[in-house]
Order: sequence, then C-alpha cells, then structure tokens
Amino acid sequence: MPVSCCDLWTTVGKKYLAAAAGLVFLVFVIVHLGGNLLLLLDNPNLYNSYSHHLVSLGPLLWFGEAVLLAFFLLHAVIGTLVYIRAREARPVGYHEIADAGKPSRKTLSSRTMIWSGIVILVFTILHLITFKFGEHYTVVVDGIEMRDFHTLVVEVFQKPGYVVWYLLAMVLLGLHLRHGFWSAFQSLGVNHPRYTPFIYGLGTGLAVLLAFGYIVIPIYVYFKY
Amino acid sequence: MAKNMTVYLKIWRQPGPDQPGRMVDYTLQDVSPDMSFLEMLDVLNTQLIARGDEPVEFDSDCREGICGSCGMVINGIAHGPLKGVATCQLHMRSFDDGATIVIEPWRARSFPVIKDLVVDRSAFDRIIISGGYVTVKTGQAPDAHAIPVPRPDQEKAMDAAACIGCGACVAACPNASAALFTAAKISHLAYLPQGRVEARERALAMVRQMDAEGFGNCSNHGECEAVCPKEISISTIAKMRREYLKAVVLNPE
Repeated sequence: MPVSCCDLWTTVGKKYLAAAAGLVFLVFVIVHLGGNLLLLLDNPNLYNSYSHHLVSLGPLLWFGEAVLLAFFLLHAVIGTLVYIRAREARPVGYHEIADAGKPSRKTLSSRTMIWSGIVILVFTILHLITFKFGEHYTVVVDGIEMRDFHTLVVEVFQKPGYVVWYLLAMVLLGLHLRHGFWSAFQSLGVNHPRYTPFIYGLGTGLAVLLAFGYIVIPIYVYFKY
Repeated sequence: MAKNMTVYLKIWRQPGPDQPGRMVDYTLQDVSPDMSFLEMLDVLNTQLIARGDEPVEFDSDCREGICGSCGMVINGIAHGPLKGVATCQLHMRSFDDGATIVIEPWRARSFPVIKDLVVDRSAFDRIIISGGYVTVKTGQAPDAHAIPVPRPDQEKAMDAAACIGCGACVAACPNASAALFTAAKISHLAYLPQGRVEARERALAMVRQMDAEGFGNCSNHGECEAVCPKEISISTIAKMRREYLKAVVLNPE
C-alpha cells in the first residue's frame, strides 16, 4: 500500500504535526520566560544586553523566527481544522451532556483549546507589534549602541489596561498548556502506565509555573516604576 | 426488597431517518429497582402498545454486556451513570425514586438515527472491513501453543480485543471521534504475531477509512475511556499512533 504525504494530513497525522509544533513552542515559551525574568533585576542594561545578543545572531535568529512562524501557522491551522471537523462530525447535539468522570481527561482546558488558542494567536500578533516592531529607543551600554527594550517594556507596562490584557492572555496560555503538554505526548504515541500520570501532572505544574512566571513580570514592572 | 419507584422519562422520538424528532415525556410508575434499564423500557413499550402508541425503538440483543447492540445516552452519559457496563447491565437501582431520566441516541454524523434510539453503526463495519482482520487459512483450529505469545502482549491484546463495537466512545467524544474503536481493533491485532504481518497495511487502511466515514479528530479528551463498557484504555490510541507512524514515516514502501 503506497504512502503519500496526504497520510500525514489524516486525523492521526495532523496530531503528530500539532504535537511537534506545540512542543517546539513549549521550549520557546520556557526560554523566552528565562530572558524576560532579567526584567526583575535592578540593572536595566542586563535585559538590554541580552536582547542585543539575540539580535546580533543575525541570520541564525531569522532562521529561528522563520521556523517558529511556520510551526505557529501549522499549529493554528490544524487546531482550527480539528475544531471545524468536530462541529461537522456532530451536527445534532445532545439535550443533556454530563461528564463521565475518571479516567476522563476532559477538562475546562481540553474543551477550550480553540478559544485559548485564538486568544494566544491574537496576543502574539499584538505582542510583536508592541515590542518587536514597537517604539525604537536606543541606549549605549559599554560603548555599544543598542535598542533600549527595557524602557519600552516599562512604558508599556505602565498602562493598566495593557497589564490586565497581558495577565488574561497568560492565564489562557497556562490553560492551553495544561491540556496541551500531556496531549502532545499522547498524540505522538507516548503512553505508559507509569509515566503518563507523571507527564499529566508535569503538564499542570508547567502550566502553572509558566503562567505565574509571565504574570509576575508586568505586575512587578507596573508597581516598581 | 426495595420499594418500587416512579421515574420521569424524556426520550428522543424520531419516526424515521429523515424525519424531525423531539423529546417526549413519559411517566412510568411501579418500576422495580431490580429491573435492568432495558427491562424498564420494555415495560414502557408494553404500556405504549396497550395504549395503541408506537413503542420506543432501541437496539438490544444479548442483554449481558457482550454483544455491543444496546447503547443510549442516559442523562448526558453514554450507557448511563454506572462505570464499565453497557446499558443492558445498568439497573434501575442506579436511579432515585422520582428521578428524571433523559434518554437520547448516539449523536454523530457518521451514526445517523434510523428510528428513536436506534442509529446506523455500519460505519464501524466498514472500518473493520478495511483492515480489522488477519488473512489466515481457516479450517481446523491450530494448537493454542503453536505460536508462543509473551504474557504481557497476550494481556494487552485481550484488553483491546474486549471492544464490543457499541459506539459509546463516539457518542461521548466531544469531537465525535472513532479513535478508541479503531485503535482497539488496530492494537488488538498489532500485539499478536498473527497480526504483525499485516500491521502496516491495517493501520493505514483503517485510519483512512475512519476519516472517510467523517468521524471527528481525536484531541485526547479521554472521555471515551470513561464511558467504555469494556474500559478500553486510551493507551490503545497511543498504540494506534505508533503503528500509524511506523506505517507512514518509518517504513514507507
């Protein structure tokens, strides 16, 4: 039986792709938080030097950005298709729906992946507009002229409306990860009686930690400056 | 002996495949808590027939939880509130006296309603026809120990083989996905040496057929396992994905 690339676009194949892309984003979100936590330090130039190093990577950074963009689009497209297919697969719904309880993994998180995903998509676009393509301040650190991201971040996080929207988006990011993490493993065929409960718990832990980490920063900046 | 009960039923009534349906209320008195759920519906139907009304159509056969014929969504849960049983093994003692019980058919585009609570599950048959078998010479049964199978593999194969194809997994899935059914069939054969020979073709063909039938895309809610009368684990879905990955990526011919 011959195989074509269409076989990666079946209901099973799409899950591999969505899972792989999702795990790439998990790594990105962890690394990004690591960099952002520099904002909690008193010396603003640490954050500026860090971002300057990243920008100095040049073609390597562009390659990374291109990969992230491609995976982001792939993940979003598959997520949307899964949602549409689910709607089509059940044109007439139930009068009454109840949760069957354990061992079901159906949660608020798993039921709202499409909505948390859409908010994260909108957030990411606005986030890039605000910061990457935002106001271009400059600062000189150790004789090197570089972009002053710290000033921009402080300026943006002085707006209460922006901080609230940021917090909301990060809570939804945590909600998305709570189902997404263990689901990625299951989608790739990784399921083990001993390790899967651990992966499930780890996903919840990661979701809480990452959301918390991202939430601390705007609150700290808002009250400090 | 527990005292008999009164139940208030809300049942989906639909005269035919392309006709509109609606929820209809029935009050049933003097229901023994020792009746099975299907016996309760038998009593209702006897009364409906005596009144000259159409009885409520539903599927059932063995009534001992092994044939996979029966199945309905009871109070929002496929096969009702009791774990690990088909509708026929649910008894009225699982409900309170005076309870309202909502009864609906499996809902999925690939399971069209034929009448009342009866749905057409031939989509499952077509998935099986596409690859859910082993090509062997029939005839005399071979010796049971002719092909040794390691104990853990026997157990996993038997756990998956317990699937009775009732369709509760599809009914309970928020996406109306048939992943658990298809995965149980693929896993059951993939764990056995007799099934390995055609494992690659089977995984490809059955997944393609599952998609062609219009079932939804599994997104790992795991609700299927929670309603499965045979408590088939979603680890079979992971097994299906490994088998499919081997077929498509690691071993494309």
